[in-house]
Amino acid sequence: MRRSPGVRVGASIAIATGLYGISFGALGVASGLDVLQTIALSLLMFTGGSQFAFIGVVAGGGSGSAAAAAATLLGVRNSVYGMQLNAMFRPKGWRRFAGAHVTIDESTATAVGQDSSVEQRRGFWAAGLGVFVLWNVFTAVGAFAGNALGDPKQWGLDGAAVAAFLGLLWPRLRGREPVAIAVVCGLATVLAVPFVPAGVPILVAALVAAVLGWVSHSRSQARAAAGAGVEGLEPDLDPYSSHAHGRHDALGEHRRRASEPGSTGTGEAPRAGEGEGA
Amino acid sequence: MSLWIWILVACAAAYALKLLGYLVPRRWMDNTRMLRIAGTITIGLLASLTAVNAFGSGQSLVLDARLGALVAAAIALLLRAPFLVVVIVGAAAAALLRLAGWG
Repeated sequence: MRRSPGVRVGASIAIATGLYGISFGALGVASGLDVLQTIALSLLMFTGGSQFAFIGVVAGGGSGSAAAAAATLLGVRNSVYGMQLNAMFRPKGWRRFAGAHVTIDESTATAVGQDSSVEQRRGFWAAGLGVFVLWNVFTAVGAFAGNALGDPKQWGLDGAAVAAFLGLLWPRLRGREPVAIAVVCGLATVLAVPFVPAGVPILVAALVAAVLGWVSHSRSQARAAAGAGVEGLEPDLDPYSSHAHGRHDALGEHRRRASEPGSTGTGEAPRAGEGEGA
Repeated sequence: MSLWIWILVACAAAYALKLLGYLVPRRWMDNTRMLRIAGTITIGLLASLTAVNAFGSGQSLVLDARLGALVAAAIALLLRAPFLVVVIVGAAAAALLRLAGWG
């Protein structure tokens, strides 16, 4: 096992990702959730982007329903990952249901980055279970520590939330089109804030993004028909890879090999690491 | 109490979405337009959450110490700092600006 590249990559991702569960825990209680609610999100929802979205809406004074809607929209990409992994492993019985729960950015990225089906499976479970354990442990640590801090603003925890969302967004801003979408959606949000209840501006931005995606798809199809290349704008697999040190190199190396023939050939969507330094 | 209900609803939805990928026939979701839209929605939501958390305060817009956090985090990201460092830099910027009496 120690020599298994899948397990090695999975374990290093688990450590890098699990650690920032501490920031989720602290921000969760700062947003107004209690310790148990914060822990429940990591245990049961277990998909970082959606969890941050949920507490982000609550922190802004949004309703529980708006928070749930934003979290659910951000979770849509996990369906794409599930489809990808199902094509790779064809899990049966309980493995399918357990595997679904740990189907996240990190476990999918680790799996698709391996070059044999055995290593893909090992990598998926090592990253999925490893992140699950550490993410939950550090969420609890952060939640209890955050609770003990007193006034969260005094410690700049609202600033930490801003930084966390920017940090999640940043690696996705590759190329002009994603940047344009981010700017338009940010502006749409700010313009909507005074006119609709808290939490709703985020859903307005999601709608704007969906329309932009629909329109830009038509345009890229036209460009492809005209012989120009199609710009990649698929949901990517590892939003943190270019920032979490160590992981970038390990993953990039395995990903390059994964694209060679002999991997399970799971089609083109979603392509991890595309457009990164690799 | 009602927040608990929405937490559980959102958790159930998150699991259902993950499981959905394993259960539906591949061709149903192998639609390039849908994949692209899933990508743009992710970017749009994260940009929106950044904006709301930086400038929103209920139904009004304010400029306070969080603006400093946004700028500091962007600089940290430009310098390729890891995620956890970015978060800490954001917190420190907001806390220091408040200590200095702004926002």
